[in-house]
Amino acid sequence: MSAIGLRGVVKAWGATRAVDGVSFEASAGRFVVLLGPSGCGKSTTLRLIAGLEQVSAGRVFIGDTDVTDMPPAKRQISMVFQSYALFPHLSVAENIVFGLKVRRLPAAERHTRLARVAALLGLDQLLGRKPSQLSGGQQQRVALGRALIAETPVCLMDEPLSNLDAQLRQEMRREIRALQQQLGITMVYVTHDQVEAMTMADQVVLLRDGRVEQDGTPEELYSRPATVFAARFIGTPPMNVVSIPALTGNGTLLGVRPEDIRIAACGAGGGVAGVVENVEYLGADSIVSCRIGAEAMTVRASRVAHLSPGTALRLSWPAEATHYFDAQSGKRVERAAPAVAQFVA
Amino acid sequence: MNRFSVQIHGWLLVLPAAVLLAAFTHYPAVATLLHSFYSTPKANRPAVWVGLENYRAMTQDPVFWQVLGNNLWFALGTIPASIALAMLMATWVNGKLHGRAFLRLAYFTPTILPMIAVANIWLFFYTPTYGLLEQITVDLLGLPSHNWLGTPSTVLACLIVVTVWKEAGFFMIFYLAALQAIPPALAEAAAIEGASRWTYFRRVVFPLLMPTTLFVLVNAVINSFRLVDHIIVMTRGGPDNASSLLLYYIYDVAFKFWDSSYASALTIVLLAILASAAIMQFAFLEKRTHYQ
Ligand SMILES: Nc1ncnc2c1ncn2[C@@H]1O[C@H](COP(=O)(O)OP(=O)(O)O)[C@@H](O)[C@H]1O
Ligand SMILES: [Mg+2]
Repeated sequence: MSAIGLRGVVKAWGATRAVDGVSFEASAGRFVVLLGPSGCGKSTTLRLIAGLEQVSAGRVFIGDTDVTDMPPAKRQISMVFQSYALFPHLSVAENIVFGLKVRRLPAAERHTRLARVAALLGLDQLLGRKPSQLSGGQQQRVALGRALIAETPVCLMDEPLSNLDAQLRQEMRREIRALQQQLGITMVYVTHDQVEAMTMADQVVLLRDGRVEQDGTPEELYSRPATVFAARFIGTPPMNVVSIPALTGNGTLLGVRPEDIRIAACGAGGGVAGVVENVEYLGADSIVSCRIGAEAMTVRASRVAHLSPGTALRLSWPAEATHYFDAQSGKRVERAAPAVAQFVA
Repeated sequence: MNRFSVQIHGWLLVLPAAVLLAAFTHYPAVATLLHSFYSTPKANRPAVWVGLENYRAMTQDPVFWQVLGNNLWFALGTIPASIALAMLMATWVNGKLHGRAFLRLAYFTPTILPMIAVANIWLFFYTPTYGLLEQITVDLLGLPSHNWLGTPSTVLACLIVVTVWKEAGFFMIFYLAALQAIPPALAEAAAIEGASRWTYFRRVVFPLLMPTTLFVLVNAVINSFRLVDHIIVMTRGGPDNASSLLLYYIYDVAFKFWDSSYASALTIVLLAILASAAIMQFAFLEKRTHYQ
């Protein structure tokens, strides 16, 4: 059974189509990340699932119900907003049980659930405080608590970590993922940060200009990017997608990830010849920018401190790490890699 | 420059404002208090110290008690109604409504009009026989004719309606500003939690409007003791003092009966009422108010 399904969903404001025919399915208990650059329609898609916006076309399913025409309250979802949307005049406890009170759950039930959620999120000591007396991370937890206490099967989150510092973000990332798995919730999580998507997701839906660019597991997105856009969006630094007709023939682009490239001294055989332009030292490894004819390539390598700009070297990569894309459509092309085999060191 | 001359400079800079303030605000206030302890000077008899005599006379002045009662009813009639109406209009105008810019202007118009003009408009509404109100009640509904402003039992209510109409638009502006400061995500969060629009208003919007309500309330209380223009235009306190308010009575005593000492004593009472109202409001509401 799929917990969430979108079929040809469109949201248009006048001439702008923020969401332009998005379809995907997510099975129950999965962590789905809507990924994409700013303005690609992630938030709008999430708000369409929540019912905060009305679709212009298409259907939205939650569980096996067509919820397209239902108000948010009827959709059995909870949501964490980017701004947290905590009620500033209510205490932490009141914020968390707000929905239960509205739905008139008995007080005893409210207390049990509040105690459970507070313990789960480490909020026990903060229940009497106002949101303004909390740090960003604590406010985040309260927002999370308000979503979890409803015990809805589906939880939606819109860039919930974007207001936190890097350290805290990493902590919360792990925590949210753990909670989601522990409670078996179906999560739809919006982010523009591919690292967040790769580390948390069971399923990544990559969006671009309101359309689905690729829908798959993080491994699939990483190892078999469906388009040039997907290839360049995933990975730090992103995949090199270059045009070297000598290697691929005309009309095809070559893709290879920086971490798949090996560097050899100029005199060694095999590989393509390049010149070092710049070395960025990161500690464990370095990012080496090279020039290969008219194209630029980045290489992720360790122990290359001796390289200085202007050094000539040879780059090589295994055949299975080579990706091909159609230069016109940008779509992935499946082909064996005979032309490159000779360059493999 | 040494510290001394900096001080001198500072004082010189505030001096003009301080002089004006002292001459036209502080001195008259203190003088009024002093006057209230003296008798009114006459041509052949200078003012003499009478202590609390003016205040004792006040307690035995039936007109004073009537006017004070009127004023309390007037406050009770105008304050909650104008605040509630202002909140209602602001919520309405804040929504996703076609032509809301026009509505905002329409609601705000009474505030721009001078009270004298407002009073004249309403004077026409209330006019016996051919006024708008009479045209509706008598001609349309067939009710018996009624002199709304000429009857003691209805005249105060008529003034209350005028005042509410005049004030609500002004207060609405403050509520509108406060409403626009509330992030839309709060409404969305509440909607997802299953809150109806009314629940959202009662549990979230209304509490968040409390600082504004406090501010508006203080202003409404002050206004209910401060407005006299419409009385002067519409009723001159009549009939039989039924529409006279405290400030209008002070005006009568001071400039019709020329009893300046008694008027001073009445003024001090008015000030005391306003001061205690303001203190009580801040003391009680401050605690229950959430400031963002
Ligand atoms: N209420 C709206 N009215 C008009 N255009 C909107 C509205 N909300 C979003 N958009 C437009 O839709 C596009 C997608 O927005 P959004 O879903 O917020 O992007 P993302 O969350 O991926 O950054 C943007 O171009 C944005 O300007
Ligand atoms: Mg967004």
